[in-house]
Amino acid sequence: MGDVTLTIDGRQVTVPEGTSVLEAAAQAGVNIPSLCYLKDINEIGSCRVCVVEIEGARALAASCVTPAANGMVVHTNTKRVREARRAVLELIISNHPFECLTCVRSGSCELQDLAEAMGIREIRFEGEKAQHAVDESTPSIVRDPDKCILCRRCVSVCEKVQGVSALGLAGRGFDSVVSPAAELPLNDVACALCGQCVLVCPTGALSEVDSTGAVWEALGDPSKHVVVQTAPAIRVALGEEFGAVPGSIVTGQMVAALRALGFDKVFDTNFTADLTILEEGNELLKRLSEGGKLPMITSCSPGWIKFIEHFYPDMLEHLSTCKSPQQMFGALAKTYYAEKAGIDPKDIFVVSIMPCTAKKFECTRPEMRSSGYQDVDAVLTTRELARMLREIGADPTELEPEEFDAPLGIGTGAAVIFGATGGVMEAALRTVYEVVTEKELESVDFTDVRGFEGIKEAEVDLDGTVVRVAVAHGLGNARKLLDMVKSGEASYEFIEIMACPGGCIGGGGQPIGTNTERRLERIEGIYEADKALPLRKSHENPAVKALYEEFLGEPLGEKSHELLHTHYTPRGRWHWSK
Amino acid sequence: MDLVRAHVLVCGGAACVSSGCAEVREALEAEIAAKGIEREIKVVVTGCMGPCDLGPIIVVYPEGVFYCNCTADDAREIVDEHLVKGRIVDRLLYEEPMTSEKVETQEGMTFFKQQERVALRNTGVIDPLVIDEYIARDGYAALGKALAEMTPEEVVDTIKQSGLRGRGGAGFPTGTKWMLTAKAPGSPKYVVCNADEGDPGAFMDRSVLEGDPHSVLEAMTIAGYAVGANQGYIYVRAEYPLAVEHLQHAIGQAREYGLLGKDILGSGFDFDIDLRVGAGAFVCGEETALLASIESRRGEPRPRPPYPAQSGLWGQPTLINNVETYANIAPIILRGSEWFSSMGTEKSRGTKVFALAGKINNTGLVEVPMGTPLRDIIFDIGGGIPNGKKFKAAQTGGPSGGCIPAEHLDTPIDYESLRALGTMMGSGGLIVMDEDTCMVDLAKFFMRFIQDESCGKCAPCRIGTKRMLEILDRITKGEGKEGDVELLVELGKEIIDTAMCGLGQSAPNPVLSTIRYFRDEYDAHIRDKKCPAGVCVAFKHYSIDPELCKGCGMCRRSCPAGAISGEVKKPHVIDVDKCIKCGACATACPFDAISLQ
Repeated sequence: MGDVTLTIDGRQVTVPEGTSVLEAAAQAGVNIPSLCYLKDINEIGSCRVCVVEIEGARALAASCVTPAANGMVVHTNTKRVREARRAVLELIISNHPFECLTCVRSGSCELQDLAEAMGIREIRFEGEKAQHAVDESTPSIVRDPDKCILCRRCVSVCEKVQGVSALGLAGRGFDSVVSPAAELPLNDVACALCGQCVLVCPTGALSEVDSTGAVWEALGDPSKHVVVQTAPAIRVALGEEFGAVPGSIVTGQMVAALRALGFDKVFDTNFTADLTILEEGNELLKRLSEGGKLPMITSCSPGWIKFIEHFYPDMLEHLSTCKSPQQMFGALAKTYYAEKAGIDPKDIFVVSIMPCTAKKFECTRPEMRSSGYQDVDAVLTTRELARMLREIGADPTELEPEEFDAPLGIGTGAAVIFGATGGVMEAALRTVYEVVTEKELESVDFTDVRGFEGIKEAEVDLDGTVVRVAVAHGLGNARKLLDMVKSGEASYEFIEIMACPGGCIGGGGQPIGTNTERRLERIEGIYEADKALPLRKSHENPAVKALYEEFLGEPLGEKSHELLHTHYTPRGRWHWSK
Repeated sequence: MDLVRAHVLVCGGAACVSSGCAEVREALEAEIAAKGIEREIKVVVTGCMGPCDLGPIIVVYPEGVFYCNCTADDAREIVDEHLVKGRIVDRLLYEEPMTSEKVETQEGMTFFKQQERVALRNTGVIDPLVIDEYIARDGYAALGKALAEMTPEEVVDTIKQSGLRGRGGAGFPTGTKWMLTAKAPGSPKYVVCNADEGDPGAFMDRSVLEGDPHSVLEAMTIAGYAVGANQGYIYVRAEYPLAVEHLQHAIGQAREYGLLGKDILGSGFDFDIDLRVGAGAFVCGEETALLASIESRRGEPRPRPPYPAQSGLWGQPTLINNVETYANIAPIILRGSEWFSSMGTEKSRGTKVFALAGKINNTGLVEVPMGTPLRDIIFDIGGGIPNGKKFKAAQTGGPSGGCIPAEHLDTPIDYESLRALGTMMGSGGLIVMDEDTCMVDLAKFFMRFIQDESCGKCAPCRIGTKRMLEILDRITKGEGKEGDVELLVELGKEIIDTAMCGLGQSAPNPVLSTIRYFRDEYDAHIRDKKCPAGVCVAFKHYSIDPELCKGCGMCRRSCPAGAISGEVKKPHVIDVDKCIKCGACATACPFDAISLQ
């Protein structure tokens, strides 16, 4: 394909054939407003906000779906164009509830931003508004179709990126509504609850189930000992909510902010991430030596777990039996820590700060009650934590850094990289290599498994035994990889899969505005944070060593089995509870 | 085969099926058998003959005597009188509405006299279930000529030179479409027939599919040869069961005769056709939505380019034409492009089928050369307006078109002249309105249709048509405000300018066109709170004529709103403020004393 040259607002620009007028305009320094457009994911031209005038064309053209052509003369700023955009926007707003002040997306709403940018002061086209029931069926995601502008980004991301297709369209014309198949509640269809739909939603039509109320309640209850754990991916994303550059590392400030909120102990999921490596690494070695089910696949990502339970129920044996770090933490907080601190586990309230909506579901799974109680009581996404902090006026970027509490707050660099795609694999390799070879790694960086490629492969020589590994992020890539394994097209010993593109740093609970660029910046932050730590291998974590000595005994031991491992549940593609 | 002395044609078009032609045919055959003349008389059930309000229709050949509105009894009388005794049954003959003269033969009827039937050449003439009858009328000769004597390029050139333009709506030059598909890189290619006819009142495609299915199969096969495709699909709406049945039958016959399938007529060319039945969405008549539907996806349009000729069905180059367009192909190949382009106007060659409906004496299908003045179609072929009413306007192009008022009656109808008048050819629907039609109500009717049929993909169509309908609705309810017409015009203009597909881009046309020609009617509704045509119920009241009312109380008891009061045996009265205009009282009144005024 060659290049084409066109004129946009009097500026000549040359772009590769196939480039949209909207992208070409951006290259010419002309920013065309858009709403439904999401590069590479949702290019369907449905909202018509990005219309432009093309000389010789009868009607205006949606620039996001119009390919640039040689000699094309485009005008993006004419009276006709401006009036059309305003009319379209007014129409969209005329079917939108005026609840901006109380909307969860107030301040981060693209529709609000556009209305502001275009100076919409009145809606001339009043009329009936769509009315649909709010879907609160899942523990993770709330759908409020009345706020939906039918841009279909959620539908596209769910189908194209995640390969799940939990959302589609029902009804026609004015009655069109984005909905799970047969207008079932979201909880009754095969949804991974990954929350990628929430990230791309321009309005408040999709949001996380709000757990801030429950956490405030616990914090205000003097009979509760409220502890918090923070996932690795939070420390490189929370800052964005307060205006910091994407990827900024705010670990210490985050700890200070959590103390300001009133948590009794501020712990780190990194502690149990290191623990996961010891359990999972030993599980892998055991499967390798005893002929267990291979490839073994990681089990840290609850969206991924729900996905495989729905779509590949016959492959559940491939999953590591290790619980996710969040759930290992919960189980230990209400046993090991309770014992150590002398607190009745019934009085301990465990809060997780997670980049993830599926974690809200995971903590409610019936398998996750090893302590005799629900091991993790509440999960807050990065966004919810930011809201709580804003409520008390705490801006972590302005706070003095503080340290995590011991012992459940101690982690290594290997745990930090759990937040990025390939991180669990790399952390496992750092440990497995040294355990098997009994040699120290010259370099702990396994760069083959890093990066944003959808499926990554590597071979690791463990003193003569070559282990083939693969890493997939995003459920669409997971599906491809599983199909390859299933068909025998590819063969591995160990696979890491994360539900979200980029891994947890791109999770469905992360700040609104998460896109590929921000994901890459957060990944950079993750590896920087790893590098800055004195200990970078999980088996060197002193607190984990102490845990084994004092409490667990050995990896894969009886106590581990009871507290740190789990089983999986085959699920159908849908069930008709309605 | 017996030599028969008379052919009796019974119209079996869908309209005649509805009016009971099956019973008529049975009576005819039974009576013929009873008279023992079944070896001399052949009864043929044909496709639609055209004048649908005259059905059931019986035509007796060789004389061509045309009997209309026949019952089973009439059929028996035709056998006894005409077929046995040779006496024409006068009372069943057609009467010219303008002159009240009885006409004996089909050829003598004004309705048929001015027609030029190309696309409809076989409908109403042959038995669509018998391939031999199609072949006897030169059927598949064009295919044979194309395969044996012409290169694919020559076929494309012939269609190009004929000047044929798409009969489904926008009037894109058919030959250019064929050329683009032929030249597009990629294989396989597909040929698709758009048989998702959906304009209210338009049924020419149904007529061809029911009455002459092979003409479409033959044309698609020629198209396949011309563009390099080996597979065709006909996307036909499920609401056309008879068309589906006839098509399936015809495809089976064509395969049996070796006219579909491998190595057609020994040429080495393979082509086959399958049906895809639509699920009833108007928007699936839009080509990209149609293709999506064939691919089992939600039937909604996608942006163009790429056009189907480059990237159509499953991303492959695809030729898509509608039924009437295909119906013109075989005659063009057989008789040449010059013959075809000799008919019509400079930019609109050939003929066009129109579906006459509304306030017109002869409703049904007519085919005339392009450029025929509207007046000729309505007053000669259509027989004028019934009951001595005045012509007000004609709606062309269905819900995507607009109206043509009386002052433009002499406009020669072609693609360009209609566009200049603010309407369009569309698929050829022609709805005639008389002085009793409210133009605001008419605009509301079409806007409701479009709003119901919007797929919902793009915002201007999804929400804009809803808002336009809401404004029209309040105007017809007497709640219109100053500025509403301006708002309609602005909304309409923006929807046309920003909607994704042809449906949305033409959706405001009926509103804008009625505002253009009948603005005073809008103003009357809004300012004077009056409906000049007396149609909009909101401006009318039920009232009781005290002269006729006997005070029986039936109306009072039937009123669900308690709006009627009065003493027994004394005239009753309606409280206009309480009345909900349901009309129950008028129905209940045994003395016709209650009316809407």
